[in-house]
Amino acid sequence: MSWVGKSLRRKEDDRLVRGNGLFADDEQIEGMLHLYILRSPYAHARIRGIDTAAAESLAGVACVLTGADIKEQCDPYMQLGPEPCDKIIDLPLATDKVVFQGEPVAAVAAETAALAMDAGQLIEVDYEMLDAVVDPEQALEDKIVLHEAAGTNRVWHSVFEYGDVDKAFEDAAHVVKIERMHFHRFASTPVENNACVAEWTRQGDVDFLCNNSFIGFAVQLLAPGLRLPMEKIRARTYDIGGSFGVKIWNYVYMALAALASRKCDGRKVKWSETRTEHLLASGHGNERTFLDTEVALDKDGVITGIRSRHIDDCGAYTRYEPLGCVIWAQVLPATYGVRNFRIDFTQTVTNKCPVVPNRGYSRMQHLWFMERVVDICAHELGIPADEMRLKNYVREFPYETPNGCVYDSGDYPMMLEKAKELIGWDEWKKKQAEARKEGRWLGIGIGTTLDSGTNNFGQAQIMNPYLPFSGNSEVCVIRLDFDGSVIVTLGTGPSGQGHETATSQVVADELNIDPAMVTVRTGFDSAWNTFSGHSGTYASQFAVTGLSAVHGACQKLKVEMRQLASFMLEADEDDLEFGVGDEGPQLAVKGTDKAINYWFMSNVVNNNNALLGGNLADVTLNVRHVYRPPFEAPDTEKKFGNLTLTYAAQLHIAVIEIDKNTCRPNILAYAAVDDCGSVINPQIAAGQVHGATAHGIGAALLETFNYDETGNLLTATFSDYCPITSMNIPDIQYGHIESPSPFSYNGAKGMGEGGGAPLHTISAAIQDALHSEGIIVNESHHSAPKVFERVNAPNREKVVSVESR
Amino acid sequence: MSERIGITVTVNGTRYEREVEPRLLLVQLIREELRLTGTHIGCDTSYCGACTILLDGEPVKSCTMLAVQADGGEVLTVEGLEKDGKLHPLQEAFSEHHGLQCGYCTPGMLMSAYYLLEQNPDPSNAEIRKGIQGNLCRCTGYKNIFAAISDAAAKMQTGS
Repeated sequence: MSWVGKSLRRKEDDRLVRGNGLFADDEQIEGMLHLYILRSPYAHARIRGIDTAAAESLAGVACVLTGADIKEQCDPYMQLGPEPCDKIIDLPLATDKVVFQGEPVAAVAAETAALAMDAGQLIEVDYEMLDAVVDPEQALEDKIVLHEAAGTNRVWHSVFEYGDVDKAFEDAAHVVKIERMHFHRFASTPVENNACVAEWTRQGDVDFLCNNSFIGFAVQLLAPGLRLPMEKIRARTYDIGGSFGVKIWNYVYMALAALASRKCDGRKVKWSETRTEHLLASGHGNERTFLDTEVALDKDGVITGIRSRHIDDCGAYTRYEPLGCVIWAQVLPATYGVRNFRIDFTQTVTNKCPVVPNRGYSRMQHLWFMERVVDICAHELGIPADEMRLKNYVREFPYETPNGCVYDSGDYPMMLEKAKELIGWDEWKKKQAEARKEGRWLGIGIGTTLDSGTNNFGQAQIMNPYLPFSGNSEVCVIRLDFDGSVIVTLGTGPSGQGHETATSQVVADELNIDPAMVTVRTGFDSAWNTFSGHSGTYASQFAVTGLSAVHGACQKLKVEMRQLASFMLEADEDDLEFGVGDEGPQLAVKGTDKAINYWFMSNVVNNNNALLGGNLADVTLNVRHVYRPPFEAPDTEKKFGNLTLTYAAQLHIAVIEIDKNTCRPNILAYAAVDDCGSVINPQIAAGQVHGATAHGIGAALLETFNYDETGNLLTATFSDYCPITSMNIPDIQYGHIESPSPFSYNGAKGMGEGGGAPLHTISAAIQDALHSEGIIVNESHHSAPKVFERVNAPNREKVVSVESR
Repeated sequence: MSERIGITVTVNGTRYEREVEPRLLLVQLIREELRLTGTHIGCDTSYCGACTILLDGEPVKSCTMLAVQADGGEVLTVEGLEKDGKLHPLQEAFSEHHGLQCGYCTPGMLMSAYYLLEQNPDPSNAEIRKGIQGNLCRCTGYKNIFAAISDAAAKMQTGS
């Protein structure tokens, strides 16, 4: 009997379908104060003065925080990047200057949320408006500099060069040049906003109930920011209403609730963001521009070299960035066997919301670039899109990429075959030919993408050689409880991924018990769960890091159980076997009726230990395991090394017809094939694919953060941002193949982020529909107005050129 | 803001009398005064539907209605779906079909689906889509939610 591989109904659901979850904003405590954050209406302005007198005198207001309090009590948050990032002053409130619309400038704690908001409206801020810069290329001119101490907006630059690029171009039969491509700004916008309840006790301890999804990391940044040792901060989560990476850095503002509590003699303070605050200031995805791309191909259409200039726009603060300037290199050649690259990579700050490591983080942008390259070359050289992929796919695994990453396993041609079958490729090709005769715009697009999981943190040293990070790890503690059930705590902070269920399945198999006998502690508590600096839920890794920790802990527990049973049953350890007897799970002496069951073992250790022999002093039936993937530090000079342990893959196909009157792209059919190696819980894995697909389709067709030239966000409500709903999600034909990873104990690959497959796929389908109209799809957003602009100003002549020799 | 208005609201069968500020939202009454935190808040423009409840049998986005407007009304929230320790077929189906991941949108989604099936016990796929168009889910891509509602409808019809 194996529980792994089955769609076990989720343990989390029992509370969630009843409305009995505990999300951060659900916490209600008598006497708790509520925090309102006053935010800048301007994208770039100097703060000449703040008058808080009227707010402070309003009945029911407990305290007001301004930049003055922050300067006195905080140190700037650590920025991960090297110079000039380390000169950027990043505090929970702006002190002298605001650099994006929505940046906090003051905070009020009051008896009710409504009162706090009333008081916030009474604060007078004297701003001197400054010119803003929202365009990344203009930002790099440094005519307007955001952070004066840094002296420049250019926060990172380096060249990634592998193979012999110039030779590839000398030998090329075709060179395709693409002048410009642009990946737009959007985010996954979880339905739950950021929230926390903070308490700064009179003993100087700080407690947070929050929805941060990477607490192991957050407390390392929060503590120095608040001038506290790490152990003074306790951060807890219970249920998190979606994160998708967006909730990784809400710690920046959690600090305000803590500081307000401190100023109010330790009263608890709740901060709960509104949706508009979330869209303005909680974190966006990276926006990227690709310039002067040149692609070398041989006579058959095999790509031999790529050179290009990439500019990443990280918004107003770097924080977690410029990690994104390196993370993309996990998927340098995408799914293709290209060996020669020169990518000149620059990152700039602009007067826009800072970016966060949002679902598909940085790899998605690069994978979209690679897919556009392959797809545009196919169309320009007249090679069918499917053949073009088949000519260029990596086929042998493990495959070492030009920059030393190792693709563990996969079968991209088989995925293409499967996706074609699901969508009815041949049939659609016929329909397309008919549609074209009628002058209709119908396109079929393929998107192949990777979901690299389990980071080697050593790649951070490529970005900043002084960072003390490398490798990766995750932690599990497992205990055989008094009644013979099993209690597990994890280092992760799930936000809907079903860790309680998947963990129970693994433990149930390893210990021969029913998953109902496994309790996985909900949420995360930095005071309760043991964790490593890598612990958390991010970067598609739980099935590998989390479950390897669980599996390892089970093995250690079993060793202790064998030692104990051997003593109690006076039998050799080798003669023992795990099984189920009349009194439940047990260890028995093979071929006899001598056995000891789980609760009896736990009882001996915990209650009846005079029975224990002297050599069992170390047996506690409460063990901790830390899983560490076998990583080496990369060569930071050459930017070479294995950056990720596993590579899940997705292959999507979309059929899209563009309405010639409205220019609205309509998805007529959609297939999504996933390969995440061995699957722990098929229903959960499929659910992740559906969700990532919806995010990508939403981003491609609906969702975008549009700023005007002064840095006003024009899509700052859901009604303007338009997240994808039940009315615009197509029927998704889902399929999967399994290429077990040789690098994880269970053959699983991390998954969930999904690699932004629909963005690549939809761009390709629209390209296919409009190539004959003289249009090159060089943007990732395809709302009807965008398509309208495109068809009214064909860009092929300007954007693309082909030299064939 | 000291002015308060007396209201009486019945929620999940229990009658509550409260003195509330005129500006108090219905969702705040439900969550903060009555401590029924199953009803969530996800936006401020009636787009996301996390706060959906039934008022006198009609679905309402409770963040867009004042508590005083619900005076004398009967409210049903997610906490009222389970009867005699037995989950509503929709709750069962959402779990069985993995129609929820983080669970934040689930209460509002369940209430819209509950109303849909009351009005239309055998909805087509298109009717299901339309029935929950005012409820945003960021995790599931909706596919399994459609399946769950369809399955619950079938089971409710056969009484199984």
